Amino acid sequence: MSASSSTVHQRISRAVILMALMLFAIVPLLSMLTAALAPQNSTPPGLAWPEDPQWHNFVDAWTAANFLALFQSSVLIVLGVVPAAVAMATAAGYGLAQLNVPGGKFVNAILLVGLTLPFEALITPLYYNIRDMGLLGTRWAVILPLIGLLMPFGVFWMRASFLTVETALTEAAKIDGANPWQIFRRIQLPLAVPAVSALTILFFLATWNQYLLPLVLIDDPTMRTVAGGLGAFQGEHGTNIALLCAGSLLIIAPSLIVFLFFQRHFVRALLQGAVK
Amino acid sequence: MTIKSIPVKPSLNSEESPPPPRPARRRRPTHRWIGVVWVAPALVMYSVFVLYPLGQSVQFSFYKWDGIGPATPAGLDNWRAIFTEPELFGSVINAFILIIFYTVLPVSLGLVAASLIRELRVGTFNTAARVVLFIPQVLPPVAAGIAWTWMFSTEGLVNQALGAVGLESLTRAWLGDFTFALPAVGVIGFWLSLGFCTVLLLSGIGKIEPSLYEAARLDGAGRIGEFFAVTLPGLRQEIAVCATITTIAALASFDVVQIATQGGPGYQTMVPGVEIYRLTFLEQRIGQASALAVFLAALVLLVIWPIQRIGRHE
Repeated sequence: MSASSSTVHQRISRAVILMALMLFAIVPLLSMLTAALAPQNSTPPGLAWPEDPQWHNFVDAWTAANFLALFQSSVLIVLGVVPAAVAMATAAGYGLAQLNVPGGKFVNAILLVGLTLPFEALITPLYYNIRDMGLLGTRWAVILPLIGLLMPFGVFWMRASFLTVETALTEAAKIDGANPWQIFRRIQLPLAVPAVSALTILFFLATWNQYLLPLVLIDDPTMRTVAGGLGAFQGEHGTNIALLCAGSLLIIAPSLIVFLFFQRHFVRALLQGAVK
Repeated sequence: MTIKSIPVKPSLNSEESPPPPRPARRRRPTHRWIGVVWVAPALVMYSVFVLYPLGQSVQFSFYKWDGIGPATPAGLDNWRAIFTEPELFGSVINAFILIIFYTVLPVSLGLVAASLIRELRVGTFNTAARVVLFIPQVLPPVAAGIAWTWMFSTEGLVNQALGAVGLESLTRAWLGDFTFALPAVGVIGFWLSLGFCTVLLLSGIGKIEPSLYEAARLDGAGRIGEFFAVTLPGLRQEIAVCATITTIAALASFDVVQIATQGGPGYQTMVPGVEIYRLTFLEQRIGQASALAVFLAALVLLVIWPIQRIGRHE
């Protein structure tokens, strides 16, 4: 590092800019927190710590939105989507990167089509297909399409990771008589652990935060993801600012906790992955 | 496996070069087809739940259908309507306006901030900064929509802040205002993008060779000259990534708009995503919704293409 980059003046301006950006990022959350602690059905100010913080608002929001059912539902949907999607994406990424699959280039090309495809572009036919499959209103209505929708990103993500593995390593194993499964299990997968875990976190967030699919495909809000349920909650309690903000914070919490817990891993992986 | 003669033991016979090529040639085809098994599950799910519906969307787009009765062929009517119905065309225009807020402003501001900050070294404060700046990107967009609906409401923080600096005359219910609703939705997108772009650009700046800056300085470049000669070209790839991700978010926005305004007031903040939802589930115009859906998908590709090219060019 050059000496000039660490002058006191520059350090201060750097810190000031960072502080301003950080403040902007969390101010809406702070505003929600203070509103969530205000008396219910009052009109709290935008940002001021209430004199008598009403912590029980969180309990009330929890019961009003039937959050227990929503959280259970979300967890079921996440369990249905994430392990399967990660496994499929990893297998396909390995196949495309290392196994010289016949038609691999074509598979890449058709997956590329899906990479930028907005979910809304498919929601109309998906609704009718899911209805015809008799799955409308069940959690499968969200789980199955979501796995399909996550595939392009997941496969490209894992393929990029497997492409970086030295071919010499696999060639050596092949000469030793290892089959693709052994090569995958003993050599490739251990090297891909960072990519797999980053993908798991990304898929978790994509599922947990999913709004459109549950909104359209599951009528009963308590069977949706929490994000989907929150939309219904907003419709019902939109005028009760304190309750609405408390409920929103409850929904944000798991995403935030997962992110904070894995943040180092996550930010690094995302930055590398994004540039790839 | 038909080839049993292949030595499984680690072969010490490096001088016996003839045998290996033959089994290898026979072996590869079987392995190649084994690869299909690895790719198949992903491909099946993708085909059933993405490719097939996409094909259906294209097909529906040439029909008039209310979702219940029989569909009647409609030729190019639905496609023409995208450009002639003000509501539909307006939603497309709005999506492009949102690009200014989701992409142009955050990338520009992120560039300025990143080049002023220059590097995020290891340290508690910097780690904290990186994490906090990332938060808007990891929250459910629904929650972001609710938070900002509250911020922009009559009693919200935006008006409170305006009042505090003596600008009461400017206060309003931002998301219900015909003029300001779209920019207000844009601010939500700006908030979602800014931190992510800044962190990404900062990580890119960290990878630029310090010697390039020294060379620019020796050539007499000031901070601004340095920015255009070194920083900007060095960040080409990161800029392209930021622009791609945020542009898709702008064109395909749904969650935030549906929560904050549902396209209103009037059609002031209508975007294609919300319009597709309305057409399908509220107006039962399946063919029209499908045409807009395919149009949106194509539009995203068309806009992303040049951005990607900028990123690739070295």
